[in-house]
Amino acid sequence: MPLNISTDKKFIIAGIMALVFVVIIVKLFLLQVIDPSYKLSASNNVLRYVTQYPARGLIYDRNGELLVYNQAAYDLMVAPNQLSKFDSTDFCNILGITMESLEKGLKDAKRYSYYKPSIFLKQISAETYAVLQEKLFKFPGFYVQPRTLRTYPRKTAGHLLGYVGEVDENIMKSNPYYQLGDYLGISGLEKSYEEELRGRKGVSIYLVDVHNRIKGSYADGKYDSTAVLGKDITSTLDADLQEYGEQLMRNKLGSVVAIEPATGEVLAMISSPTYDPDLLVGRARTTNYRTLQADTLNPLFNRSIMALYPPGSTFKIVNALIGLEEGIVAPTTKYSCDGGYRVGRGVGCHSHPSPLDLVHAIQASCNTYFCHVFRNILDNSAYKSIEVGFTKWKGHVESFGFGNKLNIDLPNELRGIVPSISFYDRYFRKGGWSSLTIISLSIGQGELGTTPLQMANMTAAIANRGYYYTPHVVKKVGNDTIVDSRFKIKHYTSVDSTWFGYLVDGMDLAVNGAPGSGSTARIAAIDGITVCGKTGTAQNPHGNDHSVFVAFAPKENPKIAIAVYVENAGFGATWAAPIASLMIEKYLKDSIAPNRIWLEQRMLDAVILDRRAKKK
Amino acid sequence: MQRKNSIWQGLDWPTVFIYLILVFMGWANIYAAVYSEEHSSIFDFTQRYGMQLVWIGAAVVLALLVMAMDSRFYFVFANFIYAAMILLLITALLFGTEVNGSKSWIQMGPIRIQPAEFAKFATALALAKLMSKYGFKIHQFKSLVTIALITLTPAALILLQNDTGSALVYSAFILVLYREGLTGWILVFMGFMVLLFILVLVYSIPVILVLLFALTLILFVFIGGRYRDAIRFGAGVVGIGLVIYAASEFLNLNLSWYYYLLLPLAIGIPIAIVYAFINRLRYIYLLVLFTLTGVFFSFSVDYVFHNILDTHHQKRINDLLGIESDPLGWGYNVNQSKIAIGSGGFWGKGYLKGTQTKFNFVPEQSTDFIFCTVGEEWGFVGTTVVVSLFLLLLIRIIRVAERQRESFARIYGYGVASILFFHIAVNVGMTIGLFPVIGIPLPFFSYGGSSLWAFTVLLFILLKLDSTRLG
Repeated sequence: MPLNISTDKKFIIAGIMALVFVVIIVKLFLLQVIDPSYKLSASNNVLRYVTQYPARGLIYDRNGELLVYNQAAYDLMVAPNQLSKFDSTDFCNILGITMESLEKGLKDAKRYSYYKPSIFLKQISAETYAVLQEKLFKFPGFYVQPRTLRTYPRKTAGHLLGYVGEVDENIMKSNPYYQLGDYLGISGLEKSYEEELRGRKGVSIYLVDVHNRIKGSYADGKYDSTAVLGKDITSTLDADLQEYGEQLMRNKLGSVVAIEPATGEVLAMISSPTYDPDLLVGRARTTNYRTLQADTLNPLFNRSIMALYPPGSTFKIVNALIGLEEGIVAPTTKYSCDGGYRVGRGVGCHSHPSPLDLVHAIQASCNTYFCHVFRNILDNSAYKSIEVGFTKWKGHVESFGFGNKLNIDLPNELRGIVPSISFYDRYFRKGGWSSLTIISLSIGQGELGTTPLQMANMTAAIANRGYYYTPHVVKKVGNDTIVDSRFKIKHYTSVDSTWFGYLVDGMDLAVNGAPGSGSTARIAAIDGITVCGKTGTAQNPHGNDHSVFVAFAPKENPKIAIAVYVENAGFGATWAAPIASLMIEKYLKDSIAPNRIWLEQRMLDAVILDRRAKKK
Repeated sequence: MQRKNSIWQGLDWPTVFIYLILVFMGWANIYAAVYSEEHSSIFDFTQRYGMQLVWIGAAVVLALLVMAMDSRFYFVFANFIYAAMILLLITALLFGTEVNGSKSWIQMGPIRIQPAEFAKFATALALAKLMSKYGFKIHQFKSLVTIALITLTPAALILLQNDTGSALVYSAFILVLYREGLTGWILVFMGFMVLLFILVLVYSIPVILVLLFALTLILFVFIGGRYRDAIRFGAGVVGIGLVIYAASEFLNLNLSWYYYLLLPLAIGIPIAIVYAFINRLRYIYLLVLFTLTGVFFSFSVDYVFHNILDTHHQKRINDLLGIESDPLGWGYNVNQSKIAIGSGGFWGKGYLKGTQTKFNFVPEQSTDFIFCTVGEEWGFVGTTVVVSLFLLLLIRIIRVAERQRESFARIYGYGVASILFFHIAVNVGMTIGLFPVIGIPLPFFSYGGSSLWAFTVLLFILLKLDSTRLG
């Protein structure tokens, strides 16, 4: 065999080997340097992120009474890849589930992921957990993830406190903080103070092997973050007052809002019918929520900030103040009333002494008087047209917090309605309306919509003689007293504070006037406390008139301002005034005087749920 | 003839040096693969790295023993050694212990050895002895049959032990045969068959048949330059196919595609033979043979693949060819292996910092998939260094083999190079998805006494032969 051929073969063999090795190196280059996908898979492969759920902050009332706390709950998790044969009968017996639901649960978990653990059974009770824990080693693949559930020791203020629920896909998409199975505040305080209450989740990163067994912490915990506990919140609520209000409003529709005028702190916020906040917790939440949602009385609806009612006669106070500020009426101005205002369609009135000055017109709630005042405001000769006059009026009204959100620290507050010129131009036609056409505004009817909160806020502004603080429901977050600077700003009304004295006097007389003097709310009087109040009987398209009452007390240095609506209950003096008065008495005196127990009982016993009920 | 009196004299130090580096790197990677903080002593014999130290020590002793022998021993006792190994293989098959589905281990007290590992150097010795015989001619029928017997007997026994990977190693001897005079066409033919194998699996047989026919025509034109005849013949065969197709469609015969493709071929082949006979063109017979072999091979691949191969072999091949994939099922090994190597990046995660291999994501991480640890912890830099070291070793071995005066030593040297080459290329190839997963170890790297000792003996016999070569 010629030598050169062997030499060639030597090089060919070496060449083949070199070629194969070059191919290997090229492939290694692609795999290790170019292609990023394997690096990503690697981190998912071995790192397990274990979330540490911090306890959600507790909620107290203004006196340190616990309103919301956490109860331990246990989610039973399953990791399908770690499952092996187990005694399914025993398993089902412990958990109280059927074999079918076990099979379905396992199938669902496998569908979600074969490797990632998912929730098999939510919120098993502590008792079940205790039994299960003993035997958990028999059920490989299952483990328990502790969670917390909200509990309400006083079962009160459900609307205000709100509830907590599991995050949905939209939330997870918009806020990367939340992950499947996390909880967040969905309504009320829980929602508006979500970030403070929830704290911050921590995450511990562990290295796991292929069997999902933890092998130790990753990088000595360098990338772990510790969970930050949720902050406790002290609410402005007075739990006793709130509870008492809820009792008084039981079997009635409507709302009560009480505010401390000097601070704007909400003392009570009742929306009736209410619900037991414990219903909206845990596994039963969905079912209970559906039941509550189906209730025709709408217990989930927070009337205090979401219902729009006409203010009725209570609005006369505002019109009087505007009239005084505009100078078209003086405290001494008198109008006579013969049972109604007889221009245009006219407005009826009830029997009372006549003629009356401003203070006594408030005392007796004379419709005629305020028709005159309202028309004088709008048709003021100082202004060239009704539009200017109306704009002036609207500006004053809005300065009392009507027609706009007050910006309370609760979600879903409505802004209310104060009609605009353009609304009337559309409704009638431009130039087709006058002060006479919209005369119902003078007595708080017509195109006005106010929330009970706005009414309470107006009352607080009167009690303060000209200003209010934005109402709020939280006093302290953690140990931090200054919650939000917006609650520290005085909002002055556009009416000079000197005029308020007359109205306060009128409201004093309305409650504390001599018998037979025409006082509309004598039932609201409390021995030893000067209550100032104004009744209202709000006509509405839904049925009988709403019974309305706004009041504050004491007259000097007021401690509480309150607005009460009882839907379709008739005269303000019959239902709303006693309820407001009883609440004031409860708040200021802690107990109801023996001579008023009958009144309290009457309120507690009353059932006013039928909208078409006869006026009493 | 002057006898060397020291076992160190004439030793090819570069080879020994590369060998030692590779063994050390292998041990370091086994340590990394099973490393955990609880077991920090490298002499912990409950752990694989501790045991591997024992195997390495034993390997060094073995190497010294090999060197201490008279070099003539290997030539004289080649057939005896071979026969002994065949006996061991049979023993393992009959009385062996089954590990991972392969009945290839012989338990001797605390030690378990795998005869298949040692059968490789024995076969190389026997082959070298046969082919170095005076007057041996490789192309003689008798020679070819003897070669086939020597190589295929151990391969068949190993196959029966259900260790497909180790059996396939014996195909590497084709390089030895090529070096010793077998025609180069055998390599081309083998390459073509591999290509055909892949094509048959990736595409369907009809496509392959059409391609084969087209290739034959192109070869015909390429060799003979008879364009017009090629076109005529091609058009004729295609025409017959179309006529049959049209008839089938028109008469609703519902003939299968075998008819459109195989009938024209059956008609075309006699015509071609007649044409060849008339024009006295001998190469046409070869072309016909080529076509027929191709057709036959295509059908047999299809049959073997679907009827003879185990499902897991089918799956691994399918996975490699991208026909099917199931990264969490049977594609798991390769996928995890690729993740481990891929996650190493350019510089690697650093020694003992690998996460994929350490936590058992990669199966067989210290044995067949030890290369993953290299890839993950030492990165592209490390894998390139290791692969280059292996290539350097192979080229060194070829150089050593070529400088032998005795053909026995040279042939044995090529046997060593071929076996190592097959092991390295296939092992690394399978960890990065270039080759189906067949469980064969990475020489000097993988954990295990048998494989380390076998490769050490394999290599040091050559070094012994080299050290005493006639200068």
